[in-house]
Parts: sequence; structure tokens; C-alpha cells
Amino acid sequence: MYFESFSELLAMSGHGAYVWSAYAITGAVLLQLFFWPRRGRRRLLRELRQEARRRDGAKGPATGPAQVDHTSAELS
Amino acid sequence: MWSLFHKLGSPPWLYQISGSILRWLMPIAVLGLVVGATWGLLYTAPDFRQGNSYRIIYIHVPAAVVALAGYYVMAIAGAIHLIWKMKIADVAMMAAAPVGAALTFIALVTGSIWGKPTWGAWWVWDARITSMLILLFLYLGVMALYEAYDNKAAASRACAVLALVGTVNIPIIYKSVDWWYSLHQPASIKFTGASTIDSSMLWPLLLCIVSFYALFTCALLGNMRLAILQRERRTSWVQRLAAETR
Repeated sequence: MYFESFSELLAMSGHGAYVWSAYAITGAVLLQLFFWPRRGRRRLLRELRQEARRRDGAKGPATGPAQVDHTSAELS
Repeated sequence: MWSLFHKLGSPPWLYQISGSILRWLMPIAVLGLVVGATWGLLYTAPDFRQGNSYRIIYIHVPAAVVALAGYYVMAIAGAIHLIWKMKIADVAMMAAAPVGAALTFIALVTGSIWGKPTWGAWWVWDARITSMLILLFLYLGVMALYEAYDNKAAASRACAVLALVGTVNIPIIYKSVDWWYSLHQPASIKFTGASTIDSSMLWPLLLCIVSFYALFTCALLGNMRLAILQRERRTSWVQRLAAETR
């Protein structure tokens, strides 16, 4: 290792604040770059699951009464 | 060859293959970057003129190099989309834009931080820096243009045209340090002739550049996977995929 001690590594003979902030910003941006599509994909799949559940739930018990409503609306 | 061409037109196949590529490429890219950055930060000597501030090179140069490469990907995908109307090219073009924008942003910010101790200023209207700022605006412009249209077919055509027109900026970025009297230092790594960087600094830098390319590919594929699912959300294979994942 080039630096003698950990504090020297942090200080980088006066350039520490520049070097470390540059690396920290890069790390933060790169992390966002990866988590953004992953989050989006998970959210989309969850939405689709919920939609499917609503659809399935609506189909079963709702078919009977819905048809009755329809015909009664037509009759009246 | 033709079978690959046909498969590229198949969203489920593309979704699956990109998923399996990501599974091994992602760890390699992250490991490469961690090793490269640690090597550059801890195990190289400081620059004889710039001292320790030069260590920013291990992220600044890879980000800038790949930001430019990302523009090629976006523009070529745009051209393919315009000429052959390939849907997947349009997905690739729009997936490249935010990744390219993020890398250009990293290059500009780290360059600015590097400039302060080296040139004494956070920002100068230097040819290289200004043309990189234009690159950022081109990426953001493509993203904004896509959002501005309700008709997505027209949106992607307009984006492809903008991306192609913007390629004018690429040779300007490359040549800016030679054409204008510039504060920005010229390239240290040369494909023709001897590089002006010591080999002890060159190897970690090359490792970081390769890792950034790999990271770009991962982010590109990640965005493409999301876009594919969004466009195909009404199809049975996506519905099945949603039902299977818990």
C-alpha cells in the first residue's frame, strides 16, 4: 500500500475531500442506475399481479348479479 | 445469423437471455470496479505534478469514455430503428439514454472536483468540458423528447433523428483538446504510439474502464428488461411471469 496509515489515506495530503467526494458521488449515481430499473420491474410485476387478482375476483361471484343488473336495466 | 435476428425480435427470449447475462456479468462488473478503484486509490504512487488528486482519474476517465460509447449505442440503435423499423432497436436506444446521461454527469462532476485543486476552478468554459455538457443535454433532450409525444411511434422516430444529428458532437469532444488551446489535458492512453501514463497507473485504469463498460451493459440490459415488460404487459407471457414471481 502506498499510504503509511489510515489517516494518511483519508487525508491524501490535503486532496482527501476532493478524491473521496468524487468517489462517493460516483458510487451513489451508479447505485441509482442499477436499482431504478430493478425497482420499476418489481413494481410493474406487482401491479400486474394485483390486476390479475382483481380480474379473477370480479369474475367469479360478480357474473351472476352483473347479468341481472344488465337485463333489468334493459327492461326498465 | 438469421435465426439470431429472428430471436432478437422476440421479447420473451430477449427478456430471458438478458436476465441470464445479468446474473454473471453484474458480479464481475462490480468486482472489477471495486478492485480497480481500490488498486488506484491505495496501491499506486501519486502523480508527480498533481499529487493525490489525480486518483480521480480512475473514475473520471472510464465514465467519460463509456459516456461517449453509450452515445454510439444510442445513435446506432436509432439508425437501425429508422431504417429497419426494428422494435428492439427503439427499446435499446431509449434504454441507453439515461445510462449515458448518468455517466456524462459523473464525468462532469468528478472532472469539476478534480479541476478545483488542479486548475483552481470548479468550472471553466473549456472546449472539452463544454462539449461534454452538450453531450449531457443531448442525452437529456432525447429523454425529454420521448416523454413529450403521446404517440410513442412518432416519439421514437423523433428521438432517433435527434440522436443521429447529435453525433456531430462526438468528434468535437474527441478532438477538442487538440483543436483548441485547452486547459484539459490530452489523452494519456493512445492506441497508436506510446501512452504517456506509467504502466503502474495504466493497469488499474484499464481495469476500471473495462468494468465501466460492463456496468454500462448491465444498466442498459436492466432498462431494456423494464421497457420490454412495460410494452408487453398485456401479453400472456408477461401475465404468466407476474403470476410466477412472488
